Amino acid sequence: MIELNGLVKRFGSLTAVDGISLHVEKGEVLGFLGPNGAGKSTTMKMATGYLTPSEGSVRVCGHDMASAPLEARAAIGYLPEGAPAYGEMTPHQFLIFNARARGFRGDQRKSAVATAVSRTQLTKVLDQPIQTLSKGFQRRVGLAAAILHNPPVLIMDEPTDGLDPNQKFAVRRLIASMAKEKAIIISTHILEEVDAVCTRAVIIDNGKVVADGTPAQLMARSRYHNAVIVEIGNAHAEDAASVLRTLAGVDRVSEAREAASRRFTLFPTDASELLIENISTLVREKQWDVRGLYAEEVRMDEVFRTLTTSDATAAEGDQA
Amino acid sequence: MSGHLNGLRAVFLREFHGYFATPLAYVFIVIFLFTTGAFAFYIGNFFDAGRADLAVFFSFHPWLYLFFMPAIAMRLWAEEQKTGTLEILMTLPMGLMSAVLGKFLAAWLFAAIALGLTFPIWITVNVLGDPDNGVIVASYIGSFLMAGGYLAIGACLSAATSNQVIAFVTGVFVAFIFTVSGSALVLEFAAVVLPQTMVTTIAGMSFTTHFQAIMSGVIDLRDLVFFITLIAAWLGLNAILVDLKRVG
Repeated sequence: MIELNGLVKRFGSLTAVDGISLHVEKGEVLGFLGPNGAGKSTTMKMATGYLTPSEGSVRVCGHDMASAPLEARAAIGYLPEGAPAYGEMTPHQFLIFNARARGFRGDQRKSAVATAVSRTQLTKVLDQPIQTLSKGFQRRVGLAAAILHNPPVLIMDEPTDGLDPNQKFAVRRLIASMAKEKAIIISTHILEEVDAVCTRAVIIDNGKVVADGTPAQLMARSRYHNAVIVEIGNAHAEDAASVLRTLAGVDRVSEAREAASRRFTLFPTDASELLIENISTLVREKQWDVRGLYAEEVRMDEVFRTLTTSDATAAEGDQA
Repeated sequence: MSGHLNGLRAVFLREFHGYFATPLAYVFIVIFLFTTGAFAFYIGNFFDAGRADLAVFFSFHPWLYLFFMPAIAMRLWAEEQKTGTLEILMTLPMGLMSAVLGKFLAAWLFAAIALGLTFPIWITVNVLGDPDNGVIVASYIGSFLMAGGYLAIGACLSAATSNQVIAFVTGVFVAFIFTVSGSALVLEFAAVVLPQTMVTTIAGMSFTTHFQAIMSGVIDLRDLVFFITLIAAWLGLNAILVDLKRVG
């Protein structure tokens, strides 16, 4: 549905996007992740035809963005970062403007606007100037404009940014409801969102793709994947420390001292093996004073930090 | 082709309603009418001249447009850049010229409405005397074309910045150059430092000179071509400036 081929964008001496290629098909919801300044927004701006790439090409439903820009743009619904809209207009006027510009007339226009309004639940504020609306409603106005023409490709730059938890949930549900019949790209800072709505996650850093896979595949790249935490009372702590360090299947052990106990985090050599079974057998045999034993929760943000070097200092600090 | 027209129509209607969505339009029209009247009656001594024509009234138009037209045009592109809506406009399936023309025509129609609302002074001269209404019609057409010229300059400079005040000030400055370039003062100075062909060119770029030619009652093709070419050139430059934003 949408193909980005070797996109490069330079601003003077700065290379914001450095060779990004992605194909997103119908039914896919691609979560675009990366630290600030990684090139997410710039990539989206090229995908929607707002910025011209320095190199590379964009094809939307078979239309080349450079040679058939109007056909390509017609197939895209776009929510730019911060959901800009004409503040003095009401949501109704703004949607009419978008519908008109996209060639909707008469009854067709009315029904397109009505459908977008009901899907984004804007009815209550339809005739208030957009600039007087809350951030959540403003975002929904932008969303309504993006889905108005029922585009096969939907590109949204941080669709849930600044929304409260209920609004976030509503937007995610809306995205999920459209997921089957569209190719969707969303960018986000919120890693839990990837898990909640995306079928595929792409992490970019310094303008390059550093990871591309299902959310589960990305989780598996965490060094906490299948890691085990065991907390042992001070009486047996020294003994446990020496045994755990030499245990088969354990790659590395990190320790944290508490008042009456010591907490060990055991990283497996092979993340696919379930270390926790071995450990629980071991502590039962040794009859240590176990205060806690659990598998570490895999953290998406940890994967994110490991993969994105722009934030390398934080990742190193965590290992110490 | 229909894509272009849809876009032009949508942008035109949006911009035109935009003027009336805030008190701006009403404030502008009231001040414009008050100022045109005040200039004609007090500074131009409309009644004392003892002539049944509107030459005095029209002669102030270049100087009023110098400020009023950049004020109408300043928001056209600067505001879109400031609020980020340019990104919406430029990702809609319409050609760049649709947006440029749609905005310009909305501003031009608004200026035409303000100009049209000066009709009571036309009625007044007809009540008081027996003016040459052909000359007055020609003058109105000339004034409308000239307003378009100032607006095209203003629209273009609005695309060069995201700051409306800068758009206004540079708009007034460039408009001023096009207003005074035909005056004796400028031309005499230019004759000293520049070759004759350049002086003729500068004189030929003057709004005032071309407008005065039309005000004489004859709409010469050359004056028409001048204003239309000038509008087209500034709008072309306007489109180039907007398109450059795609490069980043």
